[in-house]
Amino acid sequence: MTSIILLSVFGIINLFVGFAKNKKVLLPLVLLFLLVVFGVNLLDWNDTQSYFSNMLTIDNYAVAFTGIMTLSTLLLLPFSQRFVDEADSNLAEYYSLLLFSLVGSVMMVSYENLIMLFIGIEILSIAMYILAGSDKRSLRSNEAALKYFLMGSFFTGIMLFGIVMIYGATGTFSIAEISAAQAGIGPDGLMNSMFVLGILVLVIGISFKISAAPFHFWAPDVYDGTPTFFTAFMSTVVKTAGVAAFYKLMVAAFAAAYTTWFPTLVAITVLTLVVGNIGAVIQTSFKRMMAYSSISHAGYLLMALVAFNEASDASILFYSAAYSTATIAAFGVLKMVQDQRNSADYEAFNGLGKTNPLLAFAMTVSMMSLAGIPLTAGFFGKFFVFSAVLQNPDMLWLVILAVILAAVGIYYYFRVVIAMYMQPAANEEEIEVGSFASFTLIFITILTILLGIAPALVSELI
Amino acid sequence: MNTALLLFWPALAALLVLLIKGQGAKKVAFVAALVEFALSLFALSAFNTQSGATQLALSLPWIESAGISFSIGMDGISLLMVLLTTFLVPLIILSSYKHDYKNPNVFYALILFMQTGLIGVFVAMDAFLFYFMWEVALIPIYFIAAVWGGTDRIRVTFKFFVYTIFGSLFMLAAFVYLYLQTPGTHSSDVNAFYQLSLSSESQSWIFWFLFIAFAIKMPIFPFHTWQPDTYTESPAQATMLLSGIMLKMGIYGVLRWLLPVVPFGVSQWDEVVLVLAIIGIVYASIIAIRQRDLKRLIAYSSIAHVGLIAAGIFTLNEQGLQGGVIQMLSHGINVVGLFFIIDIIFSRTNTREITSLGGITQNAKGLSIFFMILMLGSVALPLTNGFVGEFLLLSGVFQYNAWFGGVAGLTIILGAVYMLRMFQGVMFGTKSELTENFTDLTLNEKAVLIPLVIMVFWIGLFPNTFLSISEPAVNNLLSIINR
Repeated sequence: MTSIILLSVFGIINLFVGFAKNKKVLLPLVLLFLLVVFGVNLLDWNDTQSYFSNMLTIDNYAVAFTGIMTLSTLLLLPFSQRFVDEADSNLAEYYSLLLFSLVGSVMMVSYENLIMLFIGIEILSIAMYILAGSDKRSLRSNEAALKYFLMGSFFTGIMLFGIVMIYGATGTFSIAEISAAQAGIGPDGLMNSMFVLGILVLVIGISFKISAAPFHFWAPDVYDGTPTFFTAFMSTVVKTAGVAAFYKLMVAAFAAAYTTWFPTLVAITVLTLVVGNIGAVIQTSFKRMMAYSSISHAGYLLMALVAFNEASDASILFYSAAYSTATIAAFGVLKMVQDQRNSADYEAFNGLGKTNPLLAFAMTVSMMSLAGIPLTAGFFGKFFVFSAVLQNPDMLWLVILAVILAAVGIYYYFRVVIAMYMQPAANEEEIEVGSFASFTLIFITILTILLGIAPALVSELI
Repeated sequence: MNTALLLFWPALAALLVLLIKGQGAKKVAFVAALVEFALSLFALSAFNTQSGATQLALSLPWIESAGISFSIGMDGISLLMVLLTTFLVPLIILSSYKHDYKNPNVFYALILFMQTGLIGVFVAMDAFLFYFMWEVALIPIYFIAAVWGGTDRIRVTFKFFVYTIFGSLFMLAAFVYLYLQTPGTHSSDVNAFYQLSLSSESQSWIFWFLFIAFAIKMPIFPFHTWQPDTYTESPAQATMLLSGIMLKMGIYGVLRWLLPVVPFGVSQWDEVVLVLAIIGIVYASIIAIRQRDLKRLIAYSSIAHVGLIAAGIFTLNEQGLQGGVIQMLSHGINVVGLFFIIDIIFSRTNTREITSLGGITQNAKGLSIFFMILMLGSVALPLTNGFVGEFLLLSGVFQYNAWFGGVAGLTIILGAVYMLRMFQGVMFGTKSELTENFTDLTLNEKAVLIPLVIMVFWIGLFPNTFLSISEPAVNNLLSIINR
């Protein structure tokens, strides 16, 4: 709870600091804020508390996911260095919007009431709509913002529709009471149809937010058009919050209606896996590939939801952590390459292994992690998800499909590795990397390998 | 502790080598690999060769809540494979002395890093640790082959990489399934897998999941398509690592993780595997006869030899299994020697085409002798190492089915055809322009070939030194399979 308050207050303070002449103070300040939030958040560990007459509950689940999302933002921020140098006049606003959207994401993992879920998603989304369009002079960025906003509002409406249906059937917004009220609905009749429709519509709404197929059409264009730094935030923190909220909703509110939504969820998962992985293969732009990759990882995360057993939450947690660290490193390197070589295509990475060994190595480790190759965190992410699913032997086919698609994944992730190490560079110019960004990249790389060797550090948290 | 030291020393040495600038890296790497060999001999002295049990074991919790442990140890089969690895790696490093690869520190660090993966595969007694090490061994060799390889390396090595990972992901899925079948809080220990009693339907599909992974690595017909190109395009050292040691990972995987884990699956499908293996023998031999490129020829001969090993171990009798183990050693030694000789010839003439070579014997007596011994070892002439292995393997296959044995026996005739044809074309006849000024072996090259040739004769004359190490372990394996 304190983390929500702190983040909101810090966001407002940050806006005022924006009036200061020297923009260089902003980045250290935001980092400090986030460190404080990260620390304060950990104080709530093993101390489950409910707030605002049961609107929010801070339990270990919430603390763990808040921790991961705060840490992701922390690791991401050093890559905004170039913004600072360019003295963009709206820098303070961008940072504040990031903090506000983090508020939304914390609400999404700690809600106890559908209203809070809705408010959390909206706080998160509205900030993201603005950030998507933050590169004001770029047509692509404007397109991204508009597309994201229009589609996002539409699906928000759909979600609200679902929430209202469920309210109509059960008479409550509280997820615990919804869970209890299900028994009274009965198998037939209007109430039941309303309830079932409500669940399905809600599932569709959240699927949009985590860019699950077939509600993913916005994702490639929006990810591509959004400035790389915010794309990284979008595909890590937003996705983590979305999946965590999704799982919490299904467990706490609709566990009893498992058979109703299970086939839908399986269909969404399969489609997401296929669309994400196959779509990524045909891209020529690394950034667009990462957009599809984020769709495919939404698919792997949904597999943990399909498993729906005691191993699910830990595997979602670990997978999000592994996916976020690797994705941040990938976008971090991409941003630096893109800034100086003015392209986000695979070719822009040519010869990077020679000019910038550190960037190339960090990128290689992150690609290996995303591809799920051992020695990196991504391997254990896939491992935990697959084990969770296989606890139900009937779902073996899903694991086989995922295994085949994971092999497809290696194809597109390694294209950039090949470009970096095996293709000659067009120009041998070294890419400038800030010392802070290099330090962060080294830290992320070590973290990825560490989690790939000792996964128990995260997987045994919840 | 011994085993852990064996496992981690190369990785530590790799980090050290990474820090060294310039060509000094190869010297440090060589010393590190020699130390590793000494460590393995030390492990051999501490090993009780009378027992078939896992020895020098170490087990530490890894992912405790899931019952996954960092569990390593060796039985006779593992020990022989470890010895083969530690014996060959220093020679492979020494064989690279005449090349000045760019970024030598990375090149040699990757070789040593790969050694950790290889040894890890051979000593892992936990399924997930095995899978982990299996991939750890693959990543360095991919980069060695793809960065330092020939002109078409990018496409070819990428195919190899995706192909093998594709196979091994099925192994992972099978392991996860098996792991979830273990009683209680689940365990992925090898003995827990051996004690499973699964229905024959599930054993049937698990068999294929595991077999695909191992068959791609070996490779067995029809999963071999990556192999000739990869061997040809890789730098010589990578080819030696791939053919000499990495290929054994697949066979070892069958012995440790396939035969004893799903015995009913094996009994349902062993005929299919034998047929595939025997098709592979004949098919690869015939293609080898038609090859003009020396590296490709040896690559296809390797498929033929591995086919025979696979046929032998799937007969599930003692001769077949023992023959498989000893032939893994022999093949590793011979193929590394042959690839090295091809590398020597290539470095002097800049060609691997048989037709543009010839008459080398006239200038290089030393090379001819070593080449001939290794070639005859590969052809399985009595008194050489190849004979022991092929004899045991063929007698194993004969016991299983005389027809199969008869067809598999063609390997001896066909092997002699392509090997002698190659030797004749390269070494005898009139000198070509390219071989006009061929110089004989240097000291460094002799230093690589002499240990290999000693082993050719040692295994050929006194196979019992090695057979007695693996015998208790093989019997133990058979008793688990036939329980």
